[in-house]
Amino acid sequence: MPDTQALVNDFLNKLKKRKIEGSQAAAKQTAELLRSVISQTRVPYTNQAAALIQSVKAVGEGLIAANPVELAVGNVVRRVLHIIREEDLSLTTAAMAGLNLSAVSDDEDDVDGDNQPVLSAAAIAAASRSTLRPPSLQTLLEDVPDSAAVPHTSSSGGDSEGKSKSADKSSRSRKLKHDVIEAVNELIQDINTCHEQIAEQAVEHIHQNEVILTLGSSRTVLEFLCAAKEKKRSFRVFVAEGAPRYQGHLLAKELVTRGLQTTLITDSAVFAMISRVNMVIVGAHAVMANGGVIAPVGLNMVALAAQKHAVPFVVLAGSHKLCPLYPHHPEVLLNELRSPSELLDFGEFSDCLDFGSGIGAPLLHVVNPTFDYVPPKLVSLFITDTGGHNPSYMYRLIADYYSADDLVLQRRATSGN
Amino acid sequence: MGAQKKGATARVAEDSEVVARHSLQAILLADSFTTKFRPITLERPRVLLPLVNIPMIDYTLAWLESAGVEEVFVFCCAHSKQVIDYLGSSGWSSKPKFSVTTIEANDSISAGDALRLIYERQVIDGDFVLISGDTVSNMLLTQALEEHKERRKRDANAIMTMVVQHSKPSPITQQSRLGTDELFMAINPDTKQLLYYEDKAEYSKGFISLDKTLIADNPSIVLHNDKQDCYIDICSEEVLSLFTDNFDYQHLRRHFVKGLLLDDILGYKIFTHEIHSSYAARIDNFRSYDTISKDIIQRWTYPFVPDILCGSSAIKLERQGIYRASEVTQSRSAQVGSFTVIGQGTKIGNNTKISHSVIGEGCSIGSNVTIEGSYIWNDVTIEDGCKLSHAIVCDGVKMKLGAVLEPGVVLSVKVVVGEQFVVPAYSMVSLIQQPTQQDSDEELEYAENSSGTVEIPSDKLNGEIASDLSDTRYGPTPELGTGGVGYIWSIFEGAHDEEWRHSVAPIPTDKVAKIMLDKDEDEELLTQDGNALVEELKSDSEDDDNEGSRDDYASFEKEVEATFLRAVHENVKVDHAVLEMNGLRLSYNIAAVDCAGAIFYSMMKLAVESLHSSASELQRNAMEVITTWQKLLKSFLHDIDEEIEVILKFEEICLESAKEFSPLFSQILHLLYDKEILQEDAILRWADEKEGADESDKMFLKRSEKFIQWLREAEEEEED
Repeated sequence: MPDTQALVNDFLNKLKKRKIEGSQAAAKQTAELLRSVISQTRVPYTNQAAALIQSVKAVGEGLIAANPVELAVGNVVRRVLHIIREEDLSLTTAAMAGLNLSAVSDDEDDVDGDNQPVLSAAAIAAASRSTLRPPSLQTLLEDVPDSAAVPHTSSSGGDSEGKSKSADKSSRSRKLKHDVIEAVNELIQDINTCHEQIAEQAVEHIHQNEVILTLGSSRTVLEFLCAAKEKKRSFRVFVAEGAPRYQGHLLAKELVTRGLQTTLITDSAVFAMISRVNMVIVGAHAVMANGGVIAPVGLNMVALAAQKHAVPFVVLAGSHKLCPLYPHHPEVLLNELRSPSELLDFGEFSDCLDFGSGIGAPLLHVVNPTFDYVPPKLVSLFITDTGGHNPSYMYRLIADYYSADDLVLQRRATSGN
Repeated sequence: MGAQKKGATARVAEDSEVVARHSLQAILLADSFTTKFRPITLERPRVLLPLVNIPMIDYTLAWLESAGVEEVFVFCCAHSKQVIDYLGSSGWSSKPKFSVTTIEANDSISAGDALRLIYERQVIDGDFVLISGDTVSNMLLTQALEEHKERRKRDANAIMTMVVQHSKPSPITQQSRLGTDELFMAINPDTKQLLYYEDKAEYSKGFISLDKTLIADNPSIVLHNDKQDCYIDICSEEVLSLFTDNFDYQHLRRHFVKGLLLDDILGYKIFTHEIHSSYAARIDNFRSYDTISKDIIQRWTYPFVPDILCGSSAIKLERQGIYRASEVTQSRSAQVGSFTVIGQGTKIGNNTKISHSVIGEGCSIGSNVTIEGSYIWNDVTIEDGCKLSHAIVCDGVKMKLGAVLEPGVVLSVKVVVGEQFVVPAYSMVSLIQQPTQQDSDEELEYAENSSGTVEIPSDKLNGEIASDLSDTRYGPTPELGTGGVGYIWSIFEGAHDEEWRHSVAPIPTDKVAKIMLDKDEDEELLTQDGNALVEELKSDSEDDDNEGSRDDYASFEKEVEATFLRAVHENVKVDHAVLEMNGLRLSYNIAAVDCAGAIFYSMMKLAVESLHSSASELQRNAMEVITTWQKLLKSFLHDIDEEIEVILKFEEICLESAKEFSPLFSQILHLLYDKEILQEDAILRWADEKEGADESDKMFLKRSEKFIQWLREAEEEEED
């Protein structure tokens, strides 16, 4: 346990000092950290799921607070919580099924035990309904007021456990943890391969002789473009440099080494160039539940330009970037202001930042926001690792990936602060 | 060469493995050993003073942690218990992978003492970062560290790397940003070696003096006045032993750095590392406190900004640079202006206006209060109608109805300002009475600082004094109005005009104008001297370019003339003049021959330019000049060739620039001979050389024929 604690602290520190660049890295490391937290957590005989959820939540809250702007961390925490609930549920149903079987066999052997099978059958019906039904809008609506999903499932688990005491308890407890870890491994795998998954769809979207515009640098976009290139599509790419970090320069360099015809333009030239562009393909920092995108600064401008010229605006995002929160949610911190030194050299401007003379406040203010918010109506298509989706479909994906109970994680919010 | 380099890097790789094995250490001095923050530092250590609501030491430690330092030794002296308690309670002492160890000593009176003590403890075993606990930075150490290690491998004497930052080269910027004096550094632009460091340049003189050997030893030197010292040093372990060897080193810069630079026996070298985009600055006085607070609010220190350091759920950054904690009670009619920080649990009343200020935690601010450019710490009560501008208000202060703080006021812990009382500008107010003897000598200030109040736990002290004061509260002369508690410190002698320099208040416009004026005068003076402040002196040994060298010679001649005239007018001693000339000669890489010629030329020119009506008067002038400055001339005349050069030069003068001399040629030649400036050999050889020249060239030879004749005869006689 102290081992994990050190790991957690280390990761917290990195998040705090903004040493983790990119949501994929953050997501992956979060998932790996949570995996080790889960494997280290001692599980009691009863309410195992609750214990796991408890410990993951405790760590997750800290991680989210350490860098609230990195929404991917929160997403992964919620995904892991969802995984634990799912696995617990499926185990419960499996146990129920086993019970049912035994009950049936009991029935055959013993004619007296009439009451039990009826009860268990009802339980099975309830459990199977809750697990096997497809997640639909109706179930979502049902679930939301049902805030006591955890006690509900756990109580049913407890019930079943009480009944299946004869069944090998220890193996079950190990099984839950094992299954959860397996599932988290899958999640890590998904995060690792999301680029390839997205890139696979490239040929369906990029056509011969098209002109693609992108801004800044995104690994997903790079892989996407290169995948299309590998499939012998010939097309041109315009790269807007993405001030003030100029990561577009790096992207252009990388594209050229992979043999793509690339044109580098300034951010301010986007509007001038957009009329020649067939499609805008960009990466995202996070995709919100309403289909809005939090993206590197400058992209809202690009999206508006694309809309003006009716150019499709396509956003590539791995599923770990899918955030179940809405942008107007008070817990969501949409932006971060980075150091002005990315814009200008402190030494050169030290005389403009003179506080001693004049009114005691500098006349020069430098603002360096990291992100833009692109409203959903400007986005034509999302391409995630599961395929292309409309912005209005985002809530549906979220229902697949997250349970409604986990949406608000912070204790602060529950204590009414 | 490539192979050599490869070999070197291979060795580096090997060595760096060795180096990488032991962790990077840092020494953090949690005591400034100065009194700039008095009266507050009588009760609390400087490193725990809140900077944008977070103790200064947190910024330093957070930076060290993120910069990869693994072991920090915090040296505490004054108020050591408070520092240690804080480190314990804030969790710094119990971090995995980042160990913070405190070293306590109550008898250290300077940074030098501190380092000597740390050396005795033998805890440092390699390169370490030396930093003071009031430094804010976000620079990456890796590059500076690598450079340092690289240099160490090449030269074991490179024991220190000093971090500097570019700033605008203007005294007003240095003054108005950090409240420090202008800093001059001479740096070798190729090796980045620091050659000269002067932070107390005397403006009155308008010049700084460089050791001539600097110019002789280095192919090029750049003299900077546009660098800011960040007070972050990467040192090798030798630094500590040096402090022990030189027990009189006290101040890091004034004694240690300057001592090393002057002392060429040991040959230790200091290098600089310049940072460009990252931020580093030290809080040295109230003015830099103000400046750095504002830099932090403007996020230059990112990621060490309030909303990230506190955890973003506690403080949120809103539009226009307003940082607001989550539990702030603010009246609807209150106006909070841009670049303001408001701490947890603070209440703000109706129609209150706040701008460009930092408000701490748990403060209650009444209605109709105006706060402008001020720093208000925790649990301060400000009643209705108060006005604060550019003031520092410490923890637990009470300002009663309608009290006013004028610019530059500092209210120390738990002071109470009475109703309607106006605290005059630049006042320091404290519960503790001003120490009676104020010594302007800084060495003693160190001593006072640490020995003053360390022994008394501050809470006890406060209690006592508060009770004392409550007795005297209704005494005959309440210093802070009715109901006020505290003493206004009188400004001691010598600092009367200087109080604005280090205060949080903006510099009054007349002072700004004065500095600018001074600066202009300086510049005029300097251009007259032909000595620009930042000048690059280059002495290329291989100077094939003739034209260039002639230009060089012409400018050299001018320079010599200017220097000579200054020497004459300012009565500079001959020895000094010789040194200066030599410096000039070396910097222009001019042979001694030409130098002598140039000096002689300027002497003659002086003689011609001084008043004279007849030839005899001119002769007398010349004689005077030559007699006074013969030593100067002689020190450049080492052999006969040079003397001949002087005669040739003289001829040239008589022909070209000062024809008045041509009738006097032989007399002056004789004079020079008499004064033993020219030996007869030289004159005779000159005559011999001229024998074969054109008729026109023989004009002066003929004029001095008699003299030469006489010389020849004298010689023959001697031989006989």
